[in-house]
Amino acid sequence: MNIALKPDTIATADTATAQPLIRADNVSKVYTMGDQTVRALDGVSLDIVKGDYVAIMGASGSGKSTMMNLIGALDRPTSGRLWIDGRDIGAMQSDELADLRNGTIGFVFQQFNLLARTPALRQVTLPLLYARPRPVDLETRARHRLEQVGLGDRLNHLPSQLSGGQQQRVAIARALINNPKILLADEPTGALDSKTSAEIMTLFRDLNREGITIVVVTHEPDIAEHARRKIQFRDGRIIDDAARHPLGAGDGAAS
Amino acid sequence: MTLLDSLAIAWTALRSNLLRSILTTLGIVIGVASVIILVAVGSGARSEVEKQIAALGSNMLVVFSGSSRVMGRSGGAGTDLPLSEADISAIREKISGVAAISGQLNGSGPAVNGNTNWTTTLNGVHADFATVRDWAISSGRDFTPQDLRAQAKVAILGQTVVKQLFQGEDPVGATIRVKNAAFQVIGVLAPKGQSAMGRDQDDMLLMPMSTARGYIVGKSQVQADQVGQIYIKFDGGTDLKDAQEEIETLLRQRRRIQPGGEDNFNVRNLAETMKARTEVLSTMTYLLAATSIISLIVGGIGIMNIMLVSVTERTREIGLRMAVGGRRADIMRQFLVEAVTLCLIGGLIGIALGVGSAAAVANAAQWPVLISPMVIALAMTAAAGTGIIFGYFPARRAAGLNPIEALRSE
Repeated sequence: MNIALKPDTIATADTATAQPLIRADNVSKVYTMGDQTVRALDGVSLDIVKGDYVAIMGASGSGKSTMMNLIGALDRPTSGRLWIDGRDIGAMQSDELADLRNGTIGFVFQQFNLLARTPALRQVTLPLLYARPRPVDLETRARHRLEQVGLGDRLNHLPSQLSGGQQQRVAIARALINNPKILLADEPTGALDSKTSAEIMTLFRDLNREGITIVVVTHEPDIAEHARRKIQFRDGRIIDDAARHPLGAGDGAAS
Repeated sequence: MTLLDSLAIAWTALRSNLLRSILTTLGIVIGVASVIILVAVGSGARSEVEKQIAALGSNMLVVFSGSSRVMGRSGGAGTDLPLSEADISAIREKISGVAAISGQLNGSGPAVNGNTNWTTTLNGVHADFATVRDWAISSGRDFTPQDLRAQAKVAILGQTVVKQLFQGEDPVGATIRVKNAAFQVIGVLAPKGQSAMGRDQDDMLLMPMSTARGYIVGKSQVQADQVGQIYIKFDGGTDLKDAQEEIETLLRQRRRIQPGGEDNFNVRNLAETMKARTEVLSTMTYLLAATSIISLIVGGIGIMNIMLVSVTERTREIGLRMAVGGRRADIMRQFLVEAVTLCLIGGLIGIALGVGSAAAVANAAQWPVLISPMVIALAMTAAAGTGIIFGYFPARRAAGLNPIEALRSE
């Protein structure tokens, strides 16, 4: 373990080989609730390489949501170190984390989290408003992404005029608009019927084939089956880490 | 994120709760409208009073004879020992800085031209009256000392009298009858308008003091050298307070009033009296200003309240914005822009309402109303400032949210 090495050094040293996009080293997360302390993550170490498709599984309270928040740069570990795209998020300020989320990570949520009374095109441009520098071709890019998720004819529809599956597609287009390296999905099909779920999972598979790294947090085994690699959490630890389709093998990643 | 982006987001948010937004701005609307109205009406009133002070004549003191008291009952101004020609001479000789001086003996009666007649005030004055009152003769000539000595039956008419008796034609040279005596019109006074009390100052007829004593007020009621009130105009730069005291001392001597005794005359600076009224007016203005500041504060608290509600309602949206890369400063700015937009909309409505009401007051009360761009700028600044001050706390609360908890909230 090259714990002593700085992430930058690692990045320059390992660019030729498979430098992990996400690296967790002995990461713990402790919450204090009153006089009780809850160890949500307990010494988790984990590498996720570029182009991988990972399902993070576990029951409620297993630590999978905490892991997702850390991978999403929404939170910092209590101890241990976590690098995302070569950057140590434990050492980053709130604004730096925001910029990292903006440029590197695309979020997909169970409840879609679309803005009320806002047409699809403007939903999708949202992350670009916070990009530095702010691009000028917002609408062109948003239209392109909506076409990519099959909603080229719904640009001006409001969330209330779209089905659940369509709303989730808008959310996915929004997650993709900044060309993120990681697509982070939290129970993406939890609010959808099985047919629509299958469509969303097909979309994920296609996106992964185009090279984007996907991390899906789910408790549904069906959904996890679509991933190349399943990581099982229990009581804040990884209890199982199985690669079904190793990267570069099987149904082939274009990384 | 550009300011335009923030404005677009604010507009969407405000429009989606249209009724609530409008109700929220009411406090600001009322605050801004009252600022506009009070400044417009207040400065209009002040300029009106200033005009009246100017019309009164500058650097002027007036002496009234006091009221007599019989068994404790006051007989009203002028009932005590009247002022006399000798008083005028004494003031002219003993008081420094006197530029011009004139008595004014008041009476009233009908003036007749042919078969039209008009009852007006008949005033006996000295030759310097027009000078003392800063009153121009617009046509014809002023009285001469010769007119005074000769008790000449000559008259100078105010504009209202000219209008009534001559239908506005130049009356100079015409003969009119006043209390059955024939008077020759020798001049016309320039228009002066209403007095501060609303009296028509142009409704007057002037004649020499001596003539008035003989023919008009009635010999039986008038002492031989009575002059009514005395108007004294001073040279520019004279301290009217000192002059007033000197005149009081002089008249107390002349009337043999014991030290400690009550004056039976009055020396007044009418311009000062009016200025005191403006001060009352500005006190009122301050009170109204305080009222509008209070309504702006109350309006601001309303804004703060609604913004806090909005932050709570939109917690998930805030979480989402943070997740997709919004920095705390971005979130803060978004809510500040929203509060300021709300206040500026209220400010615009308030300005429209204020200008409309001020114009209505101007129309109804025949009162000049001044609306300056300064006031409108001030009102908008006040509205925006309210938005920033009262939007700050909710905006800070929004920016301080934990993105994970915000995303999880219902």
